[in-house]
Amino acid sequence: MAPKTPRVTRNPELIRGVRKHSRSQMYHKRGLWAIKAKNGGKFPTHDKKSVGAEPAAAEKAPKFYPADDVKKPLSNKRKHKPTKLRASIIPGTVLIILTGRFKGKRVVFLKQLASGLLLVTGPFKINGVPLRRVNQSYVVATSTKVDISGVNVEKIDDKYFAKQAEKKNKKGETEFFEAEKEEKNVLPAEKKDDQKAVDAVLLKAIESVPELKFYLGARFSLKAGMKPHELVF
Amino acid sequence: MVKGRQGERVRLYVRGTILGYKRSKSNQYPNTSLIQIEGVNSKEEVAWYQGKKMAYIYKAKVKQDGTHYRCIWGKVIRPHGNSGVVRAKFKSNLPPKSMGARVRVFMYPSNI
Repeated sequence: MAPKTPRVTRNPELIRGVRKHSRSQMYHKRGLWAIKAKNGGKFPTHDKKSVGAEPAAAEKAPKFYPADDVKKPLSNKRKHKPTKLRASIIPGTVLIILTGRFKGKRVVFLKQLASGLLLVTGPFKINGVPLRRVNQSYVVATSTKVDISGVNVEKIDDKYFAKQAEKKNKKGETEFFEAEKEEKNVLPAEKKDDQKAVDAVLLKAIESVPELKFYLGARFSLKAGMKPHELVF
Repeated sequence: MVKGRQGERVRLYVRGTILGYKRSKSNQYPNTSLIQIEGVNSKEEVAWYQGKKMAYIYKAKVKQDGTHYRCIWGKVIRPHGNSGVVRAKFKSNLPPKSMGARVRVFMYPSNI
């Protein structure tokens, strides 16, 4: 027989055990009517091989049968869309971080990553916030914008922020502890360089605007009499 | 509770007071609490706060997770009446001793 291409069914499974098209619909879809018409009213047949089929069947019987019938899980092909960015958040906007280590810090928004999180930088020299990811819900967008046109953030994505896979040290205990300590504290020089590269361009843009540097360095706080629902950010 | 800088306190929450439980004259329903948010005086102003998280923070004698402070999280659900009082639901019901106590209403999840 000719080499088989992987057979794709034209009949999607709606739910396990229930297919979309009926028997007669499938007959039509597969074009069996056309094949028959082409072949003069009959379906073309191969000459049947008599002896060759049996030993092949015996080999294929599996050695192991699961004890209970194993149910095939329902297939789920849903893909999440990235979080919708609020209209007030544009690359270059100054954001106020509301939670975490850097709460109250004013920070420059760079871009939205594929996971939906926002990529943000202090810049580091101004307020100590490095290249970091932040969730949109924990951020207040202000109307202040920084010119971000010169900044190149193409190569930074979610994988950049993934944790380093820990090496498995199965040596003696003392060696294990020493190795752990070394790995934790060092921030790879590559990341520091990335930070400097991004910030260098940003700092120029920031210094060109009067007082923006001090603004970014200062933290936001609610004071007496301030009502967030009346504030215009 | 790690602080980035020593000594710089930023308040990113609005103060609120716990008034009591949702109630009628002789029955109370402790699964919902009533909160008075500072500076909010009408039903229209509450719209900004809807869905915002809040925390009731209290101290205990025994240290849990390395601290004496404990917290019950909750959120603003809807306004209560016309004068800016708010209904809130917490992860577990607030204890009755919290009536009159302080609650922190945060500015997140933010929609600005």
